[in-house]
Amino acid sequence: MGSIDTGMQVAPEAKPSAGAVSKLCAKDLNFHYGSFQALRGISMEVYDKRVTAFIGPSGCGKSTFLRTLNRMNETVRHSRVEGEILLDGENIFKLEVSQVRRRVGMVFQRSNPFPKSIFDNVAYGLRINGYPNRAALRDSVEQSLRRAALWEEVKDKLHQSAYGLSGGQQQRLCIARALAVNPEVLLLDEPCSALDPIATAKIEDLIFQLKDSCTIVIVTHNMQQAARVADYTGFFLLGRLIEFDSTTVIFKTPAKKETEDYVTGRFG
Amino acid sequence: MRHFVEELEQLKTKLLEMSSLVEAAIQRSISAVIQKDRSAAEEVFHNEARINDIEIEIDEFAINLLALKQPMAADLRLIVAALKINTDLERMGDLSVSIAERAMSLMEAPVIKPMIDIPHIAGLVESMVRKSLDAFVQRDADLARSVLASDDAVDSLRTACYHELVSFMEKDPQNIQQALDLLAITRNLERLADHSTNIAEDVLFLVKGIDVRHHAEART
Repeated sequence: MGSIDTGMQVAPEAKPSAGAVSKLCAKDLNFHYGSFQALRGISMEVYDKRVTAFIGPSGCGKSTFLRTLNRMNETVRHSRVEGEILLDGENIFKLEVSQVRRRVGMVFQRSNPFPKSIFDNVAYGLRINGYPNRAALRDSVEQSLRRAALWEEVKDKLHQSAYGLSGGQQQRLCIARALAVNPEVLLLDEPCSALDPIATAKIEDLIFQLKDSCTIVIVTHNMQQAARVADYTGFFLLGRLIEFDSTTVIFKTPAKKETEDYVTGRFG
Repeated sequence: MRHFVEELEQLKTKLLEMSSLVEAAIQRSISAVIQKDRSAAEEVFHNEARINDIEIEIDEFAINLLALKQPMAADLRLIVAALKINTDLERMGDLSVSIAERAMSLMEAPVIKPMIDIPHIAGLVESMVRKSLDAFVQRDADLARSVLASDDAVDSLRTACYHELVSFMEKDPQNIQQALDLLAITRNLERLADHSTNIAEDVLFLVKGIDVRHHAEART
């Protein structure tokens, strides 16, 4: 599929590589669900301590690509991946999968707390990773809940069920759970799609704070959200990465006509 | 989506109405100076209120689109360019009024010298205004660039006029009032050219997504 240029002249400083260090790098990545090819030749960089957003219509491959970044797609039967994804220069397909998922955490569209207490939800990953010291465990849970901007709301009910929290709080709890094992990259798959504007604003503030310590990749259907939170944005269409650039360029002066049509709502 | 596209068309239509009123005001103010046409000057004074009203209408309309439609890419650039062009056009309307006021002051005075340079500058300015607005309507980046290239010619003519009028004042203090009026007219014409340049720069932002303000090398 060929792309048509919009004729935009993009300022050189708007190029994605300016001052940014590569954290994840996809090289000619193809992904198949059985006979259906969901990703076609994706090559791109995810920059360290930056927020990268993927946008595109349903079925464009953005979530598939996100889930490939921590090998989540391998749980799908008859799936097949070709190409490389480098995490700090190492091919993730040659690393131990549990290590990849510890380093590259994920939060899903629907909050999915375990049927346990708030404390135990956050402590779960830490216990699996062998945290024997109870005091250290407590500190770490508090630290994670603070990083997820949830501590003040739950500090007096840590041992109550996570199901008693609101949808927005449950989503931040899932972020706290993911943060507990100190991932280097956090993948967020439409984390706000079921949340109201106030809960959404809290998650967006949280993303802004977290990028000091973590690389964040977010898939969103909400273009305004991508525009608000992301430093870089990639536009996917029919399994291809059509355009990847700084968020400002994508939403102000996109170079490809398909991107222009999508962000202005003239798609299709 | 279709509704938004229609609203963008409405914004352009309002801006075109503003443009034609301002273009007419400039043309009538120049006639008032060169042909000593009193009714032309009065027409300029009369139309100023309408220009001011449309400026507010366009601003409000564009701000509502920004607030309610969250425009992106080309739509965003169109609305931002429209807001800026609107401000330039309103200032151009004010400058036409200033020129018409000076024309009224010159109406009864004996002519100290035949007008050669002012019609020349006025012709250049009218052409720049027309081209910058045509460039907006046709989204023509080349036409916009040609406006930027004309600005220097207006500046040099205005400087030449300035020196000539100063020498008239030095020769005979009786000339001072008239020469000051003519100086104000040339200064206002030059400002009109500057506003046309601004519009041409906004057209380049709209069409090409580039900002050429204060960067002479990027203008070509």
